[in-house]
Amino acid sequence: MIGADLQLVWESAPFLLRGALYTIGLSVSSMALGLILGFGIALARLSGIRPLVLLARIYVSFIRGTPLLVQLFIIYYGLPEIGIRLGPIPSALIGFTLSVAGYNSEILRGAIAAVDREQWEASAVIGMTWTQAMRRVIMPQAARTALPPLANSFIALVKDTSLAATIQVPELFREAQLITARTFEIFAMYIAAAVIYWVLSSFLAVGQHVLEARVNRHVAVLRA
Amino acid sequence: MIEVHGLAKRFSGIDVLRGIDLSVSRGEVVAIIGPSGSGKTTLLRCLNWLEVPSAGTIRIGATEIDAGIQAPRQKARIRQLRLRAAFVFQSFNLFPHMTALENVMEGPVVVKRERRDQARARGLALLARVGLAGREDVYPQRLSGGQQQRVAIARALAMEPEVILFDEPTSALDPELVGEVLAVIRDLAREQRTMVIVTHEMGFARDVADRTIFIDGGVIVEQGPSAALFAAPREERTRRFLRKFLS
Repeated sequence: MIGADLQLVWESAPFLLRGALYTIGLSVSSMALGLILGFGIALARLSGIRPLVLLARIYVSFIRGTPLLVQLFIIYYGLPEIGIRLGPIPSALIGFTLSVAGYNSEILRGAIAAVDREQWEASAVIGMTWTQAMRRVIMPQAARTALPPLANSFIALVKDTSLAATIQVPELFREAQLITARTFEIFAMYIAAAVIYWVLSSFLAVGQHVLEARVNRHVAVLRA
Repeated sequence: MIEVHGLAKRFSGIDVLRGIDLSVSRGEVVAIIGPSGSGKTTLLRCLNWLEVPSAGTIRIGATEIDAGIQAPRQKARIRQLRLRAAFVFQSFNLFPHMTALENVMEGPVVVKRERRDQARARGLALLARVGLAGREDVYPQRLSGGQQQRVAIARALAMEPEVILFDEPTSALDPELVGEVLAVIRDLAREQRTMVIVTHEMGFARDVADRTIFIDGGVIVEQGPSAALFAAPREERTRRFLRKFLS
């Protein structure tokens, strides 16, 4: 019995792995774009320019206050009604990017604001421009604070990409669904899918530790 | 070297500085003393626009800035002013994610686009000068306060400024570490560097500064050659302030 299940999982592996590639591609590109957009939103929040601050706050409030699944449906099923027709993958990419950008912006805003104000002054007095100070002095320090929650946000995103199954994206979960529909092997197939998600998340966790060690290397670990 | 005219600073309705005129010549070492809240740190911070004055003009070297023009409209000139006048903070403010040497090299490499190997060689020499040879690869957190402040001085020197502004450079230090920092500043004074030092170290001001300025209530109450000002202050307020310190 179990042997037959394993056999089936093995035969389905190419499909699952192809789905996993979509999962990875969708996660990585959404996270990358979501970091850039999130950084922009964080800067808007920190700009002190009223309309920008307000706009950024409304954006983040909407993203955090509405289910991702509903956001995806608005983009994929809703937008065509006003003449914007996007394929499953662009819809998913846009949806995930907009969503993860909202969460990332809060993380980045907090991390940037947490850097000692005097670090800005120390940068200014050696003649740095705002951009130089941000890149060389502020962000490397903010990264320390931001990395753990960003890694969480990334791992959450990898799992959330399974929602794309509902808008026809052939990612991992959708592939698993299609196989179960064909073979009626539900339990083994979903376990296999779960294990792949787990492995992907674990890779991210390892990456997180490597990066954290890097940004924390200046923090002395004093051993008596 | 430094010319200040009519400098005023108001913080939320309170006049911290009320019309300061000041000039410092090349090679002169000026100490600024005064009670806390007198405006002495604000004055120093205005000199390189860390605080934006409410009124007045400041000239350092060939760069003049008028407080009448809004800061965002003269960013380039403010940067120029800061390149002429280095600033050493009370709390050092080293970049914690960079080693001692990287701290010193950062300005030359990033701001002045100096070649890395050249900046490195100069950085090492500067660290040696402030007595930190061999500590170049250490991160600030592993350095004592006195060592951090000396790195901060090396970082300021690396920009080859025309003037160095010191904001209470020893106030955040444990008493036994004050001497090593003052010794470095004393050395710089010997080389005829133009320096303005806000300090609570009266003995140091008397011995090292050519001129001492006493500030209280946002105005210059009295100034003169340090020896004379400490030996025979003319103003009653100065006398009262110095008495408190010397007893």
